[in-house]
Amino acid sequence: MSIQHHISDELLLSYAAGDLAEGWSIAIATHLALCPSCRRRLDFMEHAGGEMLEMVCDEPADDGSWEAMKARLSDGTPPSAREPAKPAVPTGDAVIPEPLRSYLGGDLADLKWKALGRGAYHIRIPTSDRETSVRLLRIPAGKPVPEHSHGGRELTLVLKGSFQDGQSLFKRGDLEEADESMQHQPVATPDEDCICLAVTDAPLKFRSLLVRLVQPMLGI
Amino acid sequence: MLAAVGQNKDIEAFEALFRHYGPRVRAYMAKLARDGQGAEELMQETMLAVWNKAHQFDPARGNVSSWIFTIARNLRIDAYRKEKRPAFDPTDPAFVPDDVPPADVEFEGRQEADRLRRAMETLPAEQLELLKLSFYNEASHSAIATKLGLPMGTVKSRIRLAFAKLRAALEERA
Repeated sequence: MSIQHHISDELLLSYAAGDLAEGWSIAIATHLALCPSCRRRLDFMEHAGGEMLEMVCDEPADDGSWEAMKARLSDGTPPSAREPAKPAVPTGDAVIPEPLRSYLGGDLADLKWKALGRGAYHIRIPTSDRETSVRLLRIPAGKPVPEHSHGGRELTLVLKGSFQDGQSLFKRGDLEEADESMQHQPVATPDEDCICLAVTDAPLKFRSLLVRLVQPMLGI
Repeated sequence: MLAAVGQNKDIEAFEALFRHYGPRVRAYMAKLARDGQGAEELMQETMLAVWNKAHQFDPARGNVSSWIFTIARNLRIDAYRKEKRPAFDPTDPAFVPDDVPPADVEFEGRQEADRLRRAMETLPAEQLELLKLSFYNEASHSAIATKLGLPMGTVKSRIRLAFAKLRAALEERA
């Protein structure tokens, strides 16, 4: 299995530069956990960031600044005491990679799904940014994600199963990046339910009247 | 030099690093800080983290400037965005490990880094400007597009072109 749909340069640069809000970053970091080739691209961009640091200025450090630094080196606790304790690595196979698994509070078997109608389920994932809405979606095998357009960017990362959108097939690890110009129609493939992470920057506008009526109540 | 700091807590080696990177990190922080004091404080925090984590630095995985850049970037996110920066965890059982041996990674040392910088310096001005704004100004690309009066599609394609050029320059190994 290899990943076919990757992070765009534009989005990866935002993540590398530290400009990307938390919600989008969950999708990017979770794709990175599954995709060695995008990790190499990230590494490349972080090197570009480092070289940017080399290029930026040539003024020398003043002595006062160094004296202040030196004073902090000698009065601190030893470095080993500052290391945060690493949480124990869970054993066994996990389906959902970090960082998403911690946001969900557990792996696939531990999740508490909420019904979305027509056999679909979702779980909202709270973040501290205000520009994104982040959810895990479970779309029944062979069924479409309720038709929608969106007010901006939408990222969809497949974690289990797969979906078809037009000519493209998205499987585990694949990331679909859509914008407001696209009217797209993802459909879960018939073999199994599709579980994916969906991040949007505006509430989804579902076309179906019924879904639109319950949308405020469900908070999606 | 960083190895001397990590292994021996060599304060002279650290002073040399500080005198080189301190002003650069301060300039980086100053793009967002309200005053010079705030930028100085964040620079000191960054360099303190460099001192404390120097033993974790792995020269096989990168060079000093990119390592310091990532530390500064993460501290800047903490300070100004007040939100988490989700990151992958290489010790996670669901993590898919690297598929090429580490000997093939692109950055074995200063040589590659110098080549990357030379390639950056020869980018068309509008592409370099965009990278500078992205790395330094902590603004979304749509905000940058608005500021420069460009359509978002142009911003995206300039970023794509810039990285295609940089990657090509690194692949032409001398």
